[in-house]
Amino acid sequence: MKEIKTVGMYETFDRSGKHTRATHYCAGCGHGIVHKLVTEAMVELGLQDRTVIVNPIGCAVFGYYYWDCGNIGAAHGRAAAVGSAVNRVRPEAVVISYQGDGDLAAIGMNHTFQSANRGEHMAVIFINNAIYGMTGGQMAPTTLVGMKTKTSPFGRDPLTMGYPIHVCETLNQLRAPVYITRVSVADTRRIMQAKAAIRKALEIQRDGKGYAFVEVISPCPTNLGLSPVKAAQFCIEQMEQEFPLGTLRDNTKEADPRAAPAPKPTPQEYFEAGETALPPAVVDPDFKELRLKFTGFGGQGILSLGICVAEAARMERRFTSWYPSYGPEQRGGSAQCSVVISGTPIGCPAVDHPDVLVCMNRPSYERYIGDVVPGGLAIVDSTVPLEVKPPEGVRVVQMSAIDLAIELGVPKAANTMMLAALMELGATGLKPEHLQAALDASFKKKPELVEKNRALLREAVSWLKSHT
Amino acid sequence: MGNTNSEEEAPKLPRPVIDADECKSCGRCVAACPKKCLKLGTVLNNRGVYPVTYQGEGCIGCAVCFYNCPEPYAIKVQKA
Repeated sequence: MKEIKTVGMYETFDRSGKHTRATHYCAGCGHGIVHKLVTEAMVELGLQDRTVIVNPIGCAVFGYYYWDCGNIGAAHGRAAAVGSAVNRVRPEAVVISYQGDGDLAAIGMNHTFQSANRGEHMAVIFINNAIYGMTGGQMAPTTLVGMKTKTSPFGRDPLTMGYPIHVCETLNQLRAPVYITRVSVADTRRIMQAKAAIRKALEIQRDGKGYAFVEVISPCPTNLGLSPVKAAQFCIEQMEQEFPLGTLRDNTKEADPRAAPAPKPTPQEYFEAGETALPPAVVDPDFKELRLKFTGFGGQGILSLGICVAEAARMERRFTSWYPSYGPEQRGGSAQCSVVISGTPIGCPAVDHPDVLVCMNRPSYERYIGDVVPGGLAIVDSTVPLEVKPPEGVRVVQMSAIDLAIELGVPKAANTMMLAALMELGATGLKPEHLQAALDASFKKKPELVEKNRALLREAVSWLKSHT
Repeated sequence: MGNTNSEEEAPKLPRPVIDADECKSCGRCVAACPKKCLKLGTVLNNRGVYPVTYQGEGCIGCAVCFYNCPEPYAIKVQKA
C-alpha cells in the first residue's frame, strides 16, 4: 500500500511543553503547504542529513519545530547573512533560507541582494503574501497598489508609499544567481509547479551549483480578511497581476559545480597579511610609558609618521599602540594619531596629555599645545607662529619640516623631517637604528625610495644640529 | 494519533485518511478535490471547528487534498 503523506517533519511538534501535531499557522495559510513541499523535496533528494534551514523572523519563525533537519533562527532580515556563514563553515551543507516578504524584502533586502550577488550556495524560499502577517496585517514591501492594510487604511498610495517591490526581477539583474522563479500555492496546478521549482532549487544545492531563488505567492486569509479559499483566489486574480508567475532565469545546465574551497589561511596569517611577524613585546618595567601625539592636516603624512614610530617600537620589542583620528576627508582635514610606547601592556591607546607632541600646522599647535604635560616636548613646524604660549615646563623645538622638504625637492617628505627631529632629540626613547629601520620598512613597496629617504633623514638631522 | 481509519486494514480502493483533530477547517481540500468527494463535517472536533470528512467513495488517490492542505498531519492519501 502506498501512502502519500508528509515526510521530513517531526512526528510531534514539541513547542512550549505541548506535543501537538498541528502547526501554529492560521487555517488556510500558505506556509504549511510550502513547508510540506520543502521537506518532501529534501527527503526525496536524500538531503535531510545535510540540510540546514535558516528560519526567519515572521510567521515562519517556528519552522524549527517542524522541519526535521538542521535549523538556525536568524535575526530579522539576516537569514541570507546567516546562510552565507553556514556556507563558509559547512561547505557540505545544503542551505535553505526560508523568509517572508517583511523579512526578506524589507529589513533584509540588502542582505538578500548582496548574498544573491555573491552567488551564495543556498536555496531561498521567499513567501510573498503581500502583507505583514505575524505583526498583524501592516503594509509590506509587496503590498499591492490600492490594497488596504493596517498601515495603509485608505489603500497603498504609490505617491507616498511607493510601488510593490518585485524581488525576482530585482535579483534578475545580477550575474550570479543560477535559478530565479516565481510560483504560487493558490491551487493544485500551481502547487505542483511550486513543488517542481522547490525541488529544482534543492537539486541545485545538492549539485553545488549556486544561488536559487523561489518566490512563492502565498495566501494570508487572516490579514486579507478573506476565507481561505477566497484568499487563494485573491492570489490568482490580484497578486498575479502584479507578480506574474514564471521562471525568470534557469542556468542550471550551464552552471559549474562549486570548486573545492581553497585552503584557509590561519588567523595568524590573516593578521600578518603576508608580512613576517615581529617577535612579541618583552615586559620591561624600567621603560616608562611614553605618550606621543602627531597632529597636522591630512596629506602631511601624520598617520604614516605615527605608524613608523610604532613600528620602530615593535622592532625594539616594546608594547605599542597606534590610534588614528581623522575627519572624513582623505586630504586636507585635520588629522592626528596617538602612539603609546611602553615596557608593560598598554591599557588605553588614546592620548589626551602627551609627553611628546608633533605639530605640523598652526591649528593643531593651538589646539593641542596646552595638553602637553610639564617636562614634555613639542616639535612644531617652523611655519607655525608660536603666538600661543606653551604651558610651563614644556620645551618647544621648531623644526623646518615643510620648508626643508620643499628645499630638498621632496615636499611629501615633511614627515621624514619630523622623524629626524624625533630621532635627534631622543624624543621616543627608541634607538635611532630602529627608527631608521622602520622608515626603511615603510618604503618596502617602493624600494627605490629607501636610499632617498635615508639621505633626507641625514639632511634633516644636520639642519637641526645647526639650528639648535 | 486518532486517525479515523486504522492503518492496518489495507484498503482496496484509494482513500484519504483524515485526522479530524488536526484539521483547521480551511476548506482548501474541499475546493480542490477534483471528484468533490470531501466536505466539511457537521461534528465539531477538539479544536472547535468542523473538520473535513470523506464521503466514503469517489476518491481516485490523486493526493490533491494532501498537497492543498496546509497542515502536515491532517490528511494523507492511501493508494491500493
